Amino acid sequence: MAEDYTQMWMDLGLDLKAHDALLGVLGSMYEKTFLRQSGRPEGMKYFDFVMSEVHGLRIKELMDARTDGRKVFGSFCVFVPEELVLAVHGILVGLCAGAEFAPDEAEKLLPRNTCSLIKGAFGFALAKVCPYLAASDVVVGENTCDGKKKSYEIFRDLVNDMYVIDLPQVKSDIGRELLRQEYKRFATIVEEVSGRKIEKEALKKAIEIVNAKRSAMHRLAKLRAADPAPISGLDALLANQVFFYDDPERFTKSVNEICDELEIRIEKGEGSSNKGASRILVSGCPMAVPNWKLPAIIENSGAVIVGEESCVGERGTRHLTSSEGDSVDALIENIVDRYFKIDCAVFTPNPSRLEHIQEMVREYNADGVIQYNIQFCSPYQIESNPVERDLEKDGIPVLRVDTDYSQEDTEQIRTRVEAFVERLQG
Amino acid sequence: MAIRAGIDIGSRSIKLVLFENGSILKAEVADTTFDPIAVCRKLLDGVDYHAITATGYGRRLFSQRCPCNVVSEIKAVASGARFLLEECRTVLDIGGQDTKVVTLDGCGKLDKFLMNDRCAAGTGRFLEVMAAALSFTYEHFTQAALSATRAEKLNSMCTVFAESEVISLVARGASREAIALGIHESIATRTLALMKGLQLEDTIMFAGGGADNPCLRRQLEAALGRTLYLPDNPRIVAALGAALCDDTKEKENGRRQFVVTAD
Repeated sequence: MAEDYTQMWMDLGLDLKAHDALLGVLGSMYEKTFLRQSGRPEGMKYFDFVMSEVHGLRIKELMDARTDGRKVFGSFCVFVPEELVLAVHGILVGLCAGAEFAPDEAEKLLPRNTCSLIKGAFGFALAKVCPYLAASDVVVGENTCDGKKKSYEIFRDLVNDMYVIDLPQVKSDIGRELLRQEYKRFATIVEEVSGRKIEKEALKKAIEIVNAKRSAMHRLAKLRAADPAPISGLDALLANQVFFYDDPERFTKSVNEICDELEIRIEKGEGSSNKGASRILVSGCPMAVPNWKLPAIIENSGAVIVGEESCVGERGTRHLTSSEGDSVDALIENIVDRYFKIDCAVFTPNPSRLEHIQEMVREYNADGVIQYNIQFCSPYQIESNPVERDLEKDGIPVLRVDTDYSQEDTEQIRTRVEAFVERLQG
Repeated sequence: MAIRAGIDIGSRSIKLVLFENGSILKAEVADTTFDPIAVCRKLLDGVDYHAITATGYGRRLFSQRCPCNVVSEIKAVASGARFLLEECRTVLDIGGQDTKVVTLDGCGKLDKFLMNDRCAAGTGRFLEVMAAALSFTYEHFTQAALSATRAEKLNSMCTVFAESEVISLVARGASREAIALGIHESIATRTLALMKGLQLEDTIMFAGGGADNPCLRRQLEAALGRTLYLPDNPRIVAALGAALCDDTKEKENGRRQFVVTAD
């Protein structure tokens, strides 16, 4: 890293030794997984820089913003509306949950058969290695799955301040009303924390900023429909991951610059993989940094990932929030409308998710779907069975991979993925 | 015609098949040991071939040391099965460390497949560990199971837990034969559960080292209520399939031999 952030990390109360170890592993993983890819777009240099400074410069920006009186909100889920946070001049960041860190510590507080994502979040917090968590004024939890909602009861003691949004489980009028009430309550919370009132113009501006970020991701997603795909799935996943960390406007600009470059590549017929490579849609649980195991295996098997039906992907970014409305209340209604469409597997039933997968397969010319389930994630694991059955009925080949953050099953997964790619190639 | 070689580097054994003119020229099996590349070198010593395809868990290691084609063991076993039996639509392969069920479509193309989870429960290795826990050689173990008139029920599928369970059954005075049969029954049950995850079409071939176990065959056929087709040499099906998967088929120019490159 260019600058020495030791003092900042100490001030944040990080465990320097453990944090150094984490950065060492992260750096070498990034090198092996990303930098060794061939045919990368030039624009990815921006993301290389962001990743090299993910615990450095970006944290410094957050700390500087806090000095200027801005508040930092940390979250683990796409149901936390960034628009409301930005409307009070706050910053929303994703928190670390993508790797197994200090599992023995996490297991002192959680059962062993808790999913990797939750255990990872606890491990990062307990080992004091997540600067985003340390820099957050408030952690915003959400009642999605049972694992998360019960864990937040314990997580509360590990953080500065914690607030939990309740969520509906059914897409009914009552469900929508619950979400509306909860977002209104959250709006008052962000006002209290920031000491600012949500003004109509500020909320409109916030909606536009977040929409621009999502639109840039939509543009990127559509370009991946080309054959050869102009960008690897790993690089596109990275953009989806950085979506949660970066300054939104800078992020939007950088993604759009990459898209400009990809358009030229497509015109020239250039790609990150060979023309005719098997095209895969990954669907299921979110992949937070540095959870790159499965995508790396897929792309090392000669296939290319052309879309992510995931919270860290299109499930999280797909709909825009309407900025039409002449009051704060009207705009909040728009926010409720937008977020209520998210087809997370905690909803029952959840037919729109299957439709979205089918739509993505068509739009991005995918040859097959790999369902990614984190072990012990009941909502996605259970849903993957009917999803697989229905997709196969449509003639869309499906492979289901249930795994966790450990690396020990890499070769077993590789065998399955390679065989699946062979199946796609006929 | 060109000689096509297929080498299947499995967790417990390495299989080599040479294929020429539509038939198997040579088939060999050796223990994997701690140095699989040395075993490959020995198997391939003095062997001429035009193209070689590697499969099995060691396929990547092999491909780093020797120019070859690479194919997954799932596709390999499907291709081998189809060559041996044209009407084959399902393959059950119980190997040293995993169990696979593969279905083929009407044209013989790889369709769906399932594999056991990451542990060795219900695989060949599980049987070996259990035989050792009963102080049997593997052969005596299957014979003892075949001779048993009743089976002790085993509840654990995990190799480690099942071993403890076997030890406590022994301590309770259960007969070795009945325990041996119980172990085979538990694998048959587990395998059946895996197979039920797919639409099983006839004819079903039983391949891999597990197919050489007559007691396991008997228990599985009873549990399935169907006959399993047993090839002459079930261990070499994937190696044969690998040889057949080579797509540089008719390249006649120059025979090759195994060359080991530096690490």
